[in-house]
Amino acid sequence: MNDLISLAFSAFIIENIILTQFLGICPFLGVSKKKSSALGMGMAVIFVIIMSSTITWVLYQYVLVTLKIEYLRTIIFILVIAALVQMVEIFLKKISPALYKALGIYLPLITTNCAVLGVAILNINNGYNFIEMLVYSTFISLGFLFVMYIFAMIREKLDYAPIPKAFRGTPIALIVAALLAMIFARFGGII
Amino acid sequence: MNQKENFLKGIFKENPLFVSVLGMCPSLAVTTTLENAIGMGIAVFFVLVLSNLIISLLMSSEKLRQLVKPVRIPVYIVIIASLVTIVEMVMHAYLYSLYVSLGVFIPLIVVNCIILGRAEAFASSNKPLDSVVDGLGMASGYTLGIMLIAFVREILGQGTLTFWGSAQLDLHFLFDFLKIQPLDMFTKPVGAFVTFGFLLATILAISNRKQAKAAERRAEK
Repeated sequence: MNDLISLAFSAFIIENIILTQFLGICPFLGVSKKKSSALGMGMAVIFVIIMSSTITWVLYQYVLVTLKIEYLRTIIFILVIAALVQMVEIFLKKISPALYKALGIYLPLITTNCAVLGVAILNINNGYNFIEMLVYSTFISLGFLFVMYIFAMIREKLDYAPIPKAFRGTPIALIVAALLAMIFARFGGII
Repeated sequence: MNQKENFLKGIFKENPLFVSVLGMCPSLAVTTTLENAIGMGIAVFFVLVLSNLIISLLMSSEKLRQLVKPVRIPVYIVIIASLVTIVEMVMHAYLYSLYVSLGVFIPLIVVNCIILGRAEAFASSNKPLDSVVDGLGMASGYTLGIMLIAFVREILGQGTLTFWGSAQLDLHFLFDFLKIQPLDMFTKPVGAFVTFGFLLATILAISNRKQAKAAERRAEK
């Protein structure tokens, strides 16, 4: 139990997916201009990561390993993720057209969001069992939402800040991300 | 557009890293040493050029084009994923230390937006030769970009420059001469974000200036 708690904590904060593992930077910079869209993207990512991690883990352990075709994992995983994202897209279009509109181009891009494939592969590389895999993927995606939301709050304020012309847009966002990363790096001493 | 322009646009005008800001994740993660950046660059070269070639060959036949069009994105992804799997296996066999230090970012080349982006935006509607040249240009632009980030980060962070294996340049004498220490921060995630942010701002400042000058010249005329 203790192990699971420390795994959850380190997935959420210490090994934060965006700020220390550099996965999912594109949506992090792209969809973080407004809190509402950051929230929507974060939710979509949580849903997709948990579903895809479970499916890919089961597929890997029971199909790929038994058939001894582990080397096909990249291809199989990305196909599973692409199919899942399509489903989420159809789902959102029906349930919340406003959110669908806000996320726009970035929703199909979850397929090419490295966080999703990255977590699926990390689950295998780190040799997690089923429970650990579930805890890890849940908390790592919660960490994604958490950092996305904080970042979106800062960026909303940045719109009113007097920023030198060359730094406007992505450069200042990256520097804000650096400051956040500095804060998150200090959490490493807790465990 | 001739081939030279087609090639050069990947490096300057449409540089995937600094102008389109695509493929950020690996460019921040693997740029701790120049060697890693070069290794990543080689992998991207292989995948991007071949995927552009295969996809443009596939789409240049009218019959296949009609067949593939509704499901083209999954088809592109499978082609790219196969190429990445080849890279992964070759690196595992022959370049083991690089394989370990690049880690999860080798399979993640599959979801590098640059590769899928070029497949959709260029290779699907252009001739095979043009697509290969475009792939070469884009891959060069990307590799030069991550090498630039790695160059700054490795010098400031570790005081060395590793080209390949043991071919390493030790710049500690420079630090000793200036009586300063390499900043460990630059090998950490913080350094990656800061370096990229400042490089991007510099490049934007230069291009803004160029645009302003061009506008001035036009106004004079």
